[in-house]
Amino acid sequence: MSDSATATVGHDHHEASFISTYVFSTDHKMIAKQFFWFALVMMILGGGLALMFRWQLAWPETSVWGFGWLSDENEFMPTGIIGPDIYNMMITMHATIMVFFVIMPMFSGAFSNFLIPLMIGARDMAFPFLNMLSFWVAALAGVIMLAGFFVEGGHAAAGWTAYAPLSIKEEFTGVGAGQTLWALSIFVLTISGLMGSVNYITTVINMRTKGMTWFRMPTTVWALFVVAILSLLALPILGAAGVLLIFDRVFETAFFDPQKGGQPLLWQHLFWYFGHPEVYILILPAMGVTSDILSVFSRKPIFGYRAMVYAIIAIAFIGWAVWGHHMFQSGMNPRLGQAFMTTTMLIAIPSAIKTFNWLGTLWKGSIQFTVPMLHALAFVSMFVIGGLSGIFMASNTVDIFIHDTYFIVAHIHYVLFGGSIFGLFAGVTFWFPKMFGRMMNDSLGRVHFWITFIGFNIIFFPMHILGIGGHMRRIYNPMQYDFLKDFEPFNVAITLGALMLGMGQIIFAMNIFGSLWKLNFNWFRTAARVVSSYLSAFIAYKFVAFYLEGLTNPTPASFGGRMFAGIIGLAVFVWIYRYLSKKMGEIGETAPQNPWKANTLEWVAPVIPPHGNFGPTLPVVHRGPYEYSLPGEEDDWAPQTKPLSEEAASASH
Amino acid sequence: MMSWLPENISAHGGEIDFLFTFIYYITSVTFFLVAACMVAFLILYRQKPGVQATYTHGNKTIEIIWTVIPAIILIVILFLSQASWAKLKVNPPTNPDVRLEVIGKQFNWIVIYPGPDGKFGTKDDVRLDNQVNIPINKMVLISMRAEDVIHSFFIPNARVKQDIVPGRLTQVWFKPIKTGKYEIPCAELCGTGHSGMKGELIVHSEESYTAFLTKLYAKKSS
Repeated sequence: MSDSATATVGHDHHEASFISTYVFSTDHKMIAKQFFWFALVMMILGGGLALMFRWQLAWPETSVWGFGWLSDENEFMPTGIIGPDIYNMMITMHATIMVFFVIMPMFSGAFSNFLIPLMIGARDMAFPFLNMLSFWVAALAGVIMLAGFFVEGGHAAAGWTAYAPLSIKEEFTGVGAGQTLWALSIFVLTISGLMGSVNYITTVINMRTKGMTWFRMPTTVWALFVVAILSLLALPILGAAGVLLIFDRVFETAFFDPQKGGQPLLWQHLFWYFGHPEVYILILPAMGVTSDILSVFSRKPIFGYRAMVYAIIAIAFIGWAVWGHHMFQSGMNPRLGQAFMTTTMLIAIPSAIKTFNWLGTLWKGSIQFTVPMLHALAFVSMFVIGGLSGIFMASNTVDIFIHDTYFIVAHIHYVLFGGSIFGLFAGVTFWFPKMFGRMMNDSLGRVHFWITFIGFNIIFFPMHILGIGGHMRRIYNPMQYDFLKDFEPFNVAITLGALMLGMGQIIFAMNIFGSLWKLNFNWFRTAARVVSSYLSAFIAYKFVAFYLEGLTNPTPASFGGRMFAGIIGLAVFVWIYRYLSKKMGEIGETAPQNPWKANTLEWVAPVIPPHGNFGPTLPVVHRGPYEYSLPGEEDDWAPQTKPLSEEAASASH
Repeated sequence: MMSWLPENISAHGGEIDFLFTFIYYITSVTFFLVAACMVAFLILYRQKPGVQATYTHGNKTIEIIWTVIPAIILIVILFLSQASWAKLKVNPPTNPDVRLEVIGKQFNWIVIYPGPDGKFGTKDDVRLDNQVNIPINKMVLISMRAEDVIHSFFIPNARVKQDIVPGRLTQVWFKPIKTGKYEIPCAELCGTGHSGMKGELIVHSEESYTAFLTKLYAKKSS
């Protein structure tokens, strides 16, 4: 521990060049930022794809808004209309990018890198060079993935699950090199993930500072540590499956090809044996982050800290035995369906424990509604919906009907958007001051939160109803089916919601860049105000119009109805504009040492931690991370480095 | 919300719908309880000047209670599901009244009727594209194979869904209890034409089914 610590401090004496500071940096904080920007850029792409194919579902086979000028000879979208093959490519790439290039790099790349050393009191990662390699390999995977868009035949179009045999032969989808590049990129990405997880595991085990015992670690570190173990064990399976897929495609082997004696279900078993732990790789970090943030802003210890940690470990363990619930209707031996339903019910129990403990944390707290807290609360409530809808899918009998319908689309988005992405927003707004030394703007953050929260629910709640109606997922045009004709208004509403949600992220981007560069110019402030107010007004208008005319009424709103909705929209515009005029304050305030009065070690480090993080001596930990409102102490918080008074020591046990 | 379910036309569909509704009520109650607690806590325990949070690390008793109660509920759901699952997916009927074969291929269902001899693989088999004709109130067993990629045979109204995997035989069985025409979409992404790959299920009355078969087989032999 101390050896590597002094070694990294030694680096400070070298004159750092631009390349070694910003490009090939071995500093965990810079690598974290690289992952952070990488994930945010990919998020724009993944979200953009979603908006495009949502257009097709609401107004099938019409020109996508803003693309009508394309000629009818355009390869991808003749006259701006999305064809079925391009549609399949878009849904495939939306999921691939969001799962592998947004949430994974954000949590297992940016958050793990940034938070683990700072929160356990280490000077850097155990293997800084490997760490740097991990980012650049991920970047390479990103480049390979993006290259797939430009090859003959288009990008992969077999769904993000790439079920064989659809994914192994060009004749089935018309996709050639795209699918191969897809598999190659996934394989390369798993290598990056492996380098990262080896690093995180070693760092957490070996480099905790003095006094940082296992049960004094924040739940964020616990979650990221357990996720690193999951990644270490799960990613090789995906990597191997990817290689087999490439072999089948390029060298015409027969792992998955039934015509040559291969086994299509083998792919599904491999994919989901990785895929289910993957779900927890995506959601556990958000759970850890949420637990920390709820505790900080309730000014109260986490309710049942040990139970929370054990729940994380239990979820990670049982998560290996549930993959078959993705395959209830796949043709595997149906008796296995009973076994997998049992394990799936088992994993619901630790998830329930976590939810109730979050409620317990709020109970008798002193709750501060900051922006990170709002996102964390959204995480809890949306995760509850996602968890409960999971019980429907977990029942193999009910799953007969809702398998591969929009019910599962609703479920996965309540878990991965309502869960992971809100956790991500909570984490980004919470640690932004630590990452960049500036506060994010509070009032812009609030407007962004509400637009995201409302937009999210407008999109994904109605999907449950579509699922109950039997609306299959991944269909290009629901209007081809008589039994789905009644559901068109829902699809329109969902697409409008998607538009709001997508545009709402402009506010987030403005907030990030505005705060980062202290953009206090009048034009920028006005632009931020107008964009925020306009988007809020638009949502209000649509809401009222829907309420007046009924969601399922196929005729457009009457003139009077639109007038009324317009007035409400205008009122909202004025309201938000005035709110921001009054409250916006300075954009990009310099962050104080500990803006949230939080206990964990990263807030003990200097505002912008230098290379080596903690100055000459490492902090020594004397107490757990959640000693808020401890009786007998003056403040309602105390950093982990503060020794316990005798009185407090007796009260804390 | 459950009123959005498509009309059920099969004898077993009620079991799926019952479980669906059962879980729906349990989860709704749970959600509203959790949401109500959360909103109440957010209002009651919002930051107020001079009021400090209560310092507590948790409570063993209450944690055990909220672990055990969900566990019991989940076990109930587990057992309720298993009986139906065994009937619907594990044990096919030994003496079905009607047997059919379906071949899934991009982007059609090929339906094979056994012909007058009642056996498949003989000369008098009749193939129809995308049309499953069956009589009402009879147990139907459909054996399915795929020619190219994975498809999924889905009849929303009959509460039937089963993937069809190339190189493997899968089966579905159900007993229709209402005549009429219903759609059979493919529920597993199977390529460019996946959307719109659909067949028609026609549930006949006894007489009209006999008439249909007679006509079908007559056409074949002529």
